[in-house]
Amino acid sequence: MNQTLRKTRTFLWVYYAYMVEYRAELILWVLSGSLPLILMGVWIEAAAGGQFGLRPVDFARYFLAAFIVRQLTVVWVVWEFEREVVEGRLSPRLLQPIDPVWHHVASHVSERLARLPFALLLVGLFFLLYPQAFWVPSLGQFLLFLLVIVLAFVLRFLIQYTFAMIAFWTERASALEQFWMLFFLFLSGLIAPLEVFPPLVRQVTLWTPFPYLVYFPASILIGLPVNLGQGFLAMLGWSGLFFGLNRWLWRRGLKQYSGMGA
Amino acid sequence: MKRYLEVLGLFWSTAIAAELEYRANFLIALLSSLGNLIGSLFGLSLFYRTGYNFEGWSWEETLVVLGIFTLLQGFSSTFLSPNLNKIVQQVQQGTLDFVLLKPISSQFWLSTRTLSPWGLPDLIFGLVLIGYAGQQLGLGLSNYLFSIIPLIFGLASLYSLWFMLGATSIWFVKIYNVTEVLRGLLEAGRYPMVAYPAAYRFFFTFVIPVAFLTTIPAEAMLRRAELSWVTGAGFLALGLLYATRAFWKFALRFYTSASS
Repeated sequence: MNQTLRKTRTFLWVYYAYMVEYRAELILWVLSGSLPLILMGVWIEAAAGGQFGLRPVDFARYFLAAFIVRQLTVVWVVWEFEREVVEGRLSPRLLQPIDPVWHHVASHVSERLARLPFALLLVGLFFLLYPQAFWVPSLGQFLLFLLVIVLAFVLRFLIQYTFAMIAFWTERASALEQFWMLFFLFLSGLIAPLEVFPPLVRQVTLWTPFPYLVYFPASILIGLPVNLGQGFLAMLGWSGLFFGLNRWLWRRGLKQYSGMGA
Repeated sequence: MKRYLEVLGLFWSTAIAAELEYRANFLIALLSSLGNLIGSLFGLSLFYRTGYNFEGWSWEETLVVLGIFTLLQGFSSTFLSPNLNKIVQQVQQGTLDFVLLKPISSQFWLSTRTLSPWGLPDLIFGLVLIGYAGQQLGLGLSNYLFSIIPLIFGLASLYSLWFMLGATSIWFVKIYNVTEVLRGLLEAGRYPMVAYPAAYRFFFTFVIPVAFLTTIPAEAMLRRAELSWVTGAGFLALGLLYATRAFWKFALRFYTSASS
């Protein structure tokens, strides 16, 4: 137990140092997630003139929450893993007495810590510019949000890491991720809260993993009504499915792996 | 001039020959573009579904904006991103040295070295979208021709901004994702400018000139653009092109080369 703790600390510490090294890059990544903030403008304007069931200020809060959620659940493991497999750099990692995935987990988690100050700064700036939208979630909401955001990150990571496994068979596993991103973009609630979707599309979407990655956590943070039980069940279900698939592909893939270039 | 055209022909024929090695990519690109198109239409329909419309823009008119936006996406993934995103890499690895030694403008070399045919589906879908909306609106040939001028201005502005951002890597070596920020902001071009609150409009007109990329060409096509805006787009494009040239020359003075 003690040893696991020490390993975890070392891993996180090393990767944190890595991340802070490239601060400029990090700020740019934070800024490149500006899509929810752009759409916020369109929806605020639309809510002022049309019938969408939400007030302009709700849209402002929703998209800010979506921005925060996106910042906290960014995942890029498929690109790293693909490179490792193609260049054969996975081989030395396989010799270490620890599953290589923990390297990626550590780098993602510590990047969150390095990114957080910039993201919070932006959120502060936003409230300065638009003070009407300011709100403080209750403690219960906040704790629930923390739990859900961790689950959302886990789900997002599991899905992408499963796509990464395809790198054992083809050189372009990231193409799969890019294709998947399209659905993510339009169905996760990043471009609009599910409240404004047509009812049928909404029903279907709720069966997919997408809304639980953005819409669900964002709604909890700003206090929009959501079906908690269904949400948690869906997240756990999809996570379990992808975890199983991932481990299966990992075992098959290792047999396939030839350690090219190493 | 003739020499440059010859070189351009060589650049692009080799680039296409190289890319055609990966024909399966075309299928992926096609599917992605199709998915993107459907998603964009879906996103737009969320506004018009309840009877709301962007002030003064009917559904078909907004489709023109979306069509031009799709066209722009195709243009950037065909011509801009394969070239300009590599400037960073050239600086980082010091291979920019070889470019500078060539008896040809280095800006020309960096901007046109390759092209990627995978932006083609987006170009086609953009045209289809504009064609469909144009037919619904009963637009004639003159409408399309009239919009080509501001469209070219828009493309020139986009190129200039992109190139200048890429060129900043001479000072800050590791910023390969700076163009991602630009690309993120360009998403605002999906909707006509009136869809935004005043502060956004100001930002997307005068700070990041997204308005000149999609809204103004669309307005020109619908014959409602004021001449002053089109002239403004022209001045902006020429100014930015000139600034790019000057900026690149200035940046090169600080280039110290790496690992060579």
